[in-house]
Amino acid sequence: MEILLPIAIGVLFGCGCYLVLRRNIVRVLLGIMLFSQGANLLLFAGAGLTPGAPPVIAGTADTFDGPYADPLPQALVLTAIVIGFAVLAFAIVLVLRAYQRGGSEDLDDFHHSEN
Amino acid sequence: MPADSLLIALPLIIPLFGVALLLCLRRVPERYCLGITVGLCLLLTAASAGLVAAVVQDGVLVLRSGAWPAPFGIALVADRFSAAMVLVTAVIGLAGAIYAIGHGTAKFRGFFTPLYMALLLGVNGSFLTGDLFNLYVWFEVMLMASFVLVALPGGRPQLEAAVKYLVLNFIASAFFLVGLGVTYGIAGTLNMADLAQKFATLEDPGMVLTSATLFLIAFGIKAGIFPFYFWLPSSYHVTPTPIAAVFAGLLTKVGVYALIRVSTVVYTGQQDFIQSILLPLGILTMITGVFGAASQFLIPRILSFHIISQIGYMIIGLAFFTEAAIAATVFYIIHHILVKSNLFLVGGMVGRQLGTQQLKRTGGLYKTAPIMAALFLIPAMSLGGIPPLSGFFAKFALVQEGILLGHWIAVAAALAVGLMTLYSMIKIWNEAFWKAPPVERSAPLSRIPVTMWIPVIGLAACTITFGLFPGVFFEFAQDAAAEIMNPRAYIEAVLLPAELLDPGEAAAPAAAEAARAIEAAEGIGADAPAPAESAPDQPSLP
Repeated sequence: MEILLPIAIGVLFGCGCYLVLRRNIVRVLLGIMLFSQGANLLLFAGAGLTPGAPPVIAGTADTFDGPYADPLPQALVLTAIVIGFAVLAFAIVLVLRAYQRGGSEDLDDFHHSEN
Repeated sequence: MPADSLLIALPLIIPLFGVALLLCLRRVPERYCLGITVGLCLLLTAASAGLVAAVVQDGVLVLRSGAWPAPFGIALVADRFSAAMVLVTAVIGLAGAIYAIGHGTAKFRGFFTPLYMALLLGVNGSFLTGDLFNLYVWFEVMLMASFVLVALPGGRPQLEAAVKYLVLNFIASAFFLVGLGVTYGIAGTLNMADLAQKFATLEDPGMVLTSATLFLIAFGIKAGIFPFYFWLPSSYHVTPTPIAAVFAGLLTKVGVYALIRVSTVVYTGQQDFIQSILLPLGILTMITGVFGAASQFLIPRILSFHIISQIGYMIIGLAFFTEAAIAATVFYIIHHILVKSNLFLVGGMVGRQLGTQQLKRTGGLYKTAPIMAALFLIPAMSLGGIPPLSGFFAKFALVQEGILLGHWIAVAAALAVGLMTLYSMIKIWNEAFWKAPPVERSAPLSRIPVTMWIPVIGLAACTITFGLFPGVFFEFAQDAAAEIMNPRAYIEAVLLPAELLDPGEAAAPAAAEAARAIEAAEGIGADAPAPAESAPDQPSLP
């Protein structure tokens, strides 16, 4: 089970990297989406997985008895997902506006800020 | 202690309050909103000055948010370096806000002031936090505000610039997150002081180097270091002048600050590796930046490329990694923020007066606006490193240390780049101020509002003060560098043993519990039944 996560992370980063290097702005957008999902997954998996164990102390106990899942990466990734979602939502609108304004989705036409 | 805690919190509370207040006042005429912003920035400056004074008096100050002891809660930390950065941020924020009154912010449809305060909030948070994940959150606060500030005027150049700026910085954030994941995987903590201790006892440095490299890439993109800087010169110059000035002064320096903080507190053991990467990168950053500037003819674009070349100086200062070099870097950063923002503001005045910032179409300002010419000359000569001004002392200290250490290539590059910087500044001087105006100009010169003069004169006065009394500021920079290079005090202040905690500040049982957890924090991993964490880890929400 654990081996699946690195593979998934690798696929996400690979596809993200490929798409980011495209000239079409929508593909770049999809690329950074995959990129950030890969990063989120890595952040989540980075501390190791503990399947079937609780991340919180049982209501009656004072301490954990037995193995427990580290709750911190879950909190971190939740924050990262929320932030990434906000930025992506903004990015989508921005790309749409840039497309409406410039009439092109080819990044080679995005040179009006270069002179 | 509560007063100190308040001093650390104020640079965050004031802008946060400002964001909320100014969002509510969106329909109020902009001059009132800008007036409130200036007032808040004045308050911020006063609070930051208080913070600097407190830090100079008492050493490192720590605010444990929610009174959770250090590795569990989020600690806000102020030492001399971060306090000084917060103060400079407030000064630049004040200058930009005053300038914006004269400049006008109609294009932002009422969102200028809240976004501006959000930007300052993010910058201050990045300077004050002692936790890496919290740093990520502050980065995002700052970036989100800056994305919108770039895009909001809504012209084609702005939208395209915002796309580039957003994509590259988003990728930087992804690298940052990956670095955080790897770091947490190795050490089980993201508190910088705690990390320093964990990494010091680690056997296998391989993964530590991986995380260091990931952070280097993430901060390198934000700081505008050599292979990563391309977003900067294609986005800053399309923003309105007050925004460009604040971006130019602060945003890249947050990246540099993070690099310095992380490599001196966390990755002290990996210094050789970091130095071997940073030194060539710093040299290349200086050289490519200055050559980029030499080929440009739009004032803000020249200045944008010069941000990059000056970042190179700070990076080689960090790469030298001696106390004197870090002192020079601290001095350099503060000098650079004041001077670069001022140059952008003067460039904006030129644009306002002549209706263009394109050097081919400017000219004759020395005759029509001699005071403006003088005000340009002060920061321009300072940036080029001409003796009585602040830039000279910054470059002198850096080059001297380079010679003492025998980094000849870096020294040669620094001197050559200084000369090229002077060339660029003289190019602007000749084209905009000295040469006869192009004949076709018939429109009368626009008047410059007084609110544009005030910040420019104020910042120029700061530069001159730096130049006249370099000793005072250098002493401060040396004390700051001593703190940076000996992170013991920083680490101990953050990870204060629980029994020393003020009983009023933390619930005693929680603190004692946490202390036991620190003792046995070896096995934070899932398999070892770790001691009780009575402090449930809080998600670090902005």
